[in-house]
Amino acid sequence: MRRTVAALLHKELLVELRTLESVPGMSLFAVTTFVVFHFALNQNSVSGDEAAGILWVTLLFAAMLGINRLFVADQDQGGFDAFLLAPVDRSAMLLAKALALLAYLVVLELVAVPAFALLLLGPSLGQALPDLLVVLLLADFGVAIIGTLVAALVVRTRARDLLGPLLALPLLVPVVIGGARATSPLLGLTHADSPPARWLLTLGLYDLVFGLIAYAVFDFLLED
Amino acid sequence: MIELEGLVRRYGEREALSDVSLSVARGQTLVVFGPNGAGKTTLLRVLSTLLRAHAGSVSVLGKSLPDEAWAVRGRVGLLGHEPLLYRELTARENLRFHARLHDLSAERVEERLAAVALTDRAEEPLKTLSRGMVARVAVARATLHDPELLLLDEPWANLDPAARELIEPLIGASATRTRVISSHDPSGGLSEADLVLGLRAGRPALLRDAERVDPSEIAELYR
Repeated sequence: MRRTVAALLHKELLVELRTLESVPGMSLFAVTTFVVFHFALNQNSVSGDEAAGILWVTLLFAAMLGINRLFVADQDQGGFDAFLLAPVDRSAMLLAKALALLAYLVVLELVAVPAFALLLLGPSLGQALPDLLVVLLLADFGVAIIGTLVAALVVRTRARDLLGPLLALPLLVPVVIGGARATSPLLGLTHADSPPARWLLTLGLYDLVFGLIAYAVFDFLLED
Repeated sequence: MIELEGLVRRYGEREALSDVSLSVARGQTLVVFGPNGAGKTTLLRVLSTLLRAHAGSVSVLGKSLPDEAWAVRGRVGLLGHEPLLYRELTARENLRFHARLHDLSAERVEERLAAVALTDRAEEPLKTLSRGMVARVAVARATLHDPELLLLDEPWANLDPAARELIEPLIGASATRTRVISSHDPSGGLSEADLVLGLRAGRPALLRDAERVDPSEIAELYR
């Protein structure tokens, strides 16, 4: 299983490095959205709930771009069939795709969070950064798992670009709520010591539940 | 090796394969003829485990499908219209990826690249290679794991005579593997066949030993 996941992940990252189809688009979308918010809100800086909301909604929609592209190369170029013909555990693809999406999200956030701090955020991010990273990582796991599940579900449909967001967004709302509520105190004018534990727990539980659901149903999604 | 009994496969309401029954012994070559849309590719995909039968029974390599599909995967080599390769990756990267999925060594990859005479172009992305070269990489991919059963969908298309000669030992009659080949070429197909299946609109219109089939019967399938 580990060898298969490594092979799939290596292939995934290699294809992305060659095509640059997902990560640059996701990052550019996030930065552009922050610029739009900057002018649309007519405010030089935001903080607290407002800042957390802008950050998470932007990250969510940027993530959707990557989710929509996640299985496209496999579907269009026959990689799906080749994988299905191999004598390997099919859950390996779930894990590899989720890890690839997680990597894309981390790179996205490496660009988006500094851009957000520069363009919109009032309070300094310095002190809050370690806590923010914990929240981001917990939410990223959820987005990666749910995104992979939905992408696999819709990739063989004709309207995959429409169906992907329609299915993923409702499932990701709890992640956005959890992420925003956990982040809000960190982005306040008076910096909190740590993010609220109950929202971290909520994110963790959501990741776990969807991780188990994805593991249970992924094989069936790949079947004819 | 292959046993089909009353195989039916539908796409929505349309029956792509209807009541197909046949038996192929180990080492035999079954050649499937029929016009476009007759169900040839669907038959290959059912045999490869990629599609399920909607009725009837399918046994491949002694295993019942779809229940024991897991035991068939890895023992079948499918060469379809699509090469099942990533255009952005090089031939070597593509084959190494497949080698890792089939738990094969990097030496096997080099061996196959040499067999299809692409060692010199192995570091170029597939999208820069000609269609014939990509077809050769696809042959290397389909035979990388030495499958017991080869499922070949018009395998000689896109290949010039030199390339055909090159890959003949891998997928041709001398490969001494059980083969199911779809073909539109009556004389070429017949020369390879032990058994002939003619499909028309998904239904078997001809099923006989190759030596008892006249090329005109195959031509009749296309009228």
